[in-house]
Amino acid sequence: MLKQTEGSRAVAETVAYCRPEVIAAYPISPQTHIVEELSRLVKSGALKPCEYVNVESEFAAMSMCIGASAAGARTYTATASQGLLYMVEALYNASGLGLPIVMTVANRAIGAPINIWNDHSDTMSQRDSGWIQLYARDNQEAADLHPQAFRLAEELSLPVMVCMDGFVLTHAWERIEVPEQTQVDAFLPPYEPRQVLDPDEPVSIGAMVGPDAFTEVRYLAHAKQMQALEAIPRIAEEFREAFGRSSGGLVHPYACEDAETIVVVLGSVFGTVCDVVDEMRERGVRIGALAITSFRPFPLEAVRTVLGGARQVVVLERALAVGIGGIVSANVRTALSGIQLAGHTVVAGLGGRPITKESLHRLFDDAVAGRLEQLTFLDLNTELVERELARMAKTRRSGPSAENILRDVGSNR
Amino acid sequence: MSAAPQVKFYQVGSFAAGNRLLGPEAQSDQADPGRSNALTCGHRACQGCGEALGARYALDAAQRAAGGKVIAVNATGCLEVFSTPYPETSWQLPWLHSLFGNAPAVAAGVAAALRAKGRTDVRVVGQGGDGGTVDIGLGCLSGMFERNDDVLYICYDNEAYMNTGVQRSGATPATARTATTQAVGEQPGAPFGQGKSLPLIAMAHEIPYVATATVAGLRDLEAKVHRAMGMRGARYLHVLVPCPLGWGTASHDTVRIARLAEQTGLFPVFEATGGVVTDVTPIRRRVPVEEYLRPQKRYAHLFTPEPRTDVIARLQRVADRNIARFGLLAQEEEVSS
Ligand SMILES: Cc1ncc(C[n+]2csc(CCOP(=O)(O)OP(=O)(O)O)c2C)c(N)n1
Ligand code: SF4
Repeated sequence: MLKQTEGSRAVAETVAYCRPEVIAAYPISPQTHIVEELSRLVKSGALKPCEYVNVESEFAAMSMCIGASAAGARTYTATASQGLLYMVEALYNASGLGLPIVMTVANRAIGAPINIWNDHSDTMSQRDSGWIQLYARDNQEAADLHPQAFRLAEELSLPVMVCMDGFVLTHAWERIEVPEQTQVDAFLPPYEPRQVLDPDEPVSIGAMVGPDAFTEVRYLAHAKQMQALEAIPRIAEEFREAFGRSSGGLVHPYACEDAETIVVVLGSVFGTVCDVVDEMRERGVRIGALAITSFRPFPLEAVRTVLGGARQVVVLERALAVGIGGIVSANVRTALSGIQLAGHTVVAGLGGRPITKESLHRLFDDAVAGRLEQLTFLDLNTELVERELARMAKTRRSGPSAENILRDVGSNR
Repeated sequence: MSAAPQVKFYQVGSFAAGNRLLGPEAQSDQADPGRSNALTCGHRACQGCGEALGARYALDAAQRAAGGKVIAVNATGCLEVFSTPYPETSWQLPWLHSLFGNAPAVAAGVAAALRAKGRTDVRVVGQGGDGGTVDIGLGCLSGMFERNDDVLYICYDNEAYMNTGVQRSGATPATARTATTQAVGEQPGAPFGQGKSLPLIAMAHEIPYVATATVAGLRDLEAKVHRAMGMRGARYLHVLVPCPLGWGTASHDTVRIARLAEQTGLFPVFEATGGVVTDVTPIRRRVPVEEYLRPQKRYAHLFTPEPRTDVIARLQRVADRNIARFGLLAQEEEVSS
């Protein structure tokens, strides 16, 4: 049904149509509206049978999902930022045990300094956790990715994270086609676990594994993720046939066929980037954009196919690998190994800083003109950081710099 | 109906009634040749491991009480490591291990799944060592208690982190030597005034059932598991399980040492429902703490090079306080009068 609704609400409703049997939740901005709405749906009886459990922490939420999933229930949770990091130990465990848990992450920066706004620092930190990671470009896709995520998770026995930009998507009202229960039922069969805790057929899950088998077990985790490279587009295609619209898949190229410069992004900034691409194309610039939907597994072939013919690549990173720079860039570079092509890393939109069309125009013009550095921080206030660097150099005592910067920002007002 | 069997005490020191003297219906679960053997042979526990003994009795009893329909969730620790050397397992029931600090939440997740599926016949038991329970897992355990999740959680208390090489936990008693509370300095061993009583913390949550037990009272342990399994909601059982390796005791002494812990009053054995103590196991033959401390290498520094009578007296006061607090001698008068 086409509705004007909030992203979080569309996601919650779609998740409910996926008939999760256990939901464990702990609130954190900007994820809250999703779990609030699900609690309402469960309490009102709209979603049943379903156990909605208010837990005492994200660590408990993921732990509870582990138990519920191992006991054969379709299991869901949602979190963001510090909450995702608070779960880390259990995240690795869930994937190691091969449990098909689906989790929405409302992407948000990680502190300190504490910051509730959007970037991808949280999920990027979990790129090696063994979870499949899908990034939504808009709220329609955010909703649509959930039935696909359950299908994928349960087909492969692997957990899946659906990443949607905090606030930018979660709190935005848009016209969204929310699926019907019957449609989802036809697309998503009931969960049939591969291995389940059952007194009639006892199994031990989570045994101690030594050097004799650990490498093989880890190899299989990798092999399963690689199978997702085939499953993700297949499921997306089935989704398109069943629902009549396309969402998901591995990558989304935009105006890339003849592009000399291609901008690579994840998530909701794709829309803005495509607008800028259109405007630059009107000026005759051969530029295109590529959204990576499946960041884990990383679609090396698909990325290589799209980018291979370009002259240069600009990767717009929404997280920072402190001490080196780009995270997505490193993955893109792997996809392009052996291909000579200029690559640039641009760190943008950290902690919710707006990525404006004006800034992007400037950035892409610089790229096209060959003026872009290897590593750029979009809209960085260089005066401010230089002042702070000078201050640091003057005194041997170190201390929190966010406070100094905030004072400077305040005095400039 | 035949008269109730005449029970005679024949195990000197323990006052325990032997199975041989009881009718079949009154015999222990372990005496039944058809018992479930939840934790079967082939595991790698040390000889005389109290935790292996306690876990086998507890889970066999849980299985009998639930008609065999039990799922066990285990925290990381000795019990988990010695029972599942991949690709083998000693568990004869469905068993899940996730992490060190999350067994109560994982067990609650299993219970939630069963509830959603309407499987009221299948019951959940969570288990962990004292470290996994009183320290790192306490947050998850408190959450499980507070929500009154339908889980029986059993803590096997060997009073230290044994699996990582005998380091101090929040359940390590004062003066005990561990790898992180060494017998050096002015106050050797674990300090006085630290640590916590999880049974009392559990009672503060006012959950349906809290009990303590030791591997010296295995019939009592079985009975408590049966009682707990007859209830719904969050239930907690704290079992003292001596560890020959960590305590420095002889392998054949595990049960005797556990009995001494009870008889000194250092480990009070009681039951509580809804936050109120409802029953205690009285001390039949009270012994001074020294008798309990002496055979254990973890307390050796209290006796050599010269006896620390002051410290031993302080430990005696701890035992005396427990005896007074739980009324552990109250029934002695009744017995003797
Ligand atoms: C997060 C985390 N920290 C530390 C450890 C290491 N570790 C594994 S078992 C254990 C101690 C277990 O002690 P306890 O719970 O008392 O059980 P026991 O081995 O004594 O039966 C520790 C510290 C771990 N596995 N995970
Ligand atoms: S170290 Fe202690 S608890 Fe661990 S297996 Fe040996 S005796 Fe049992």
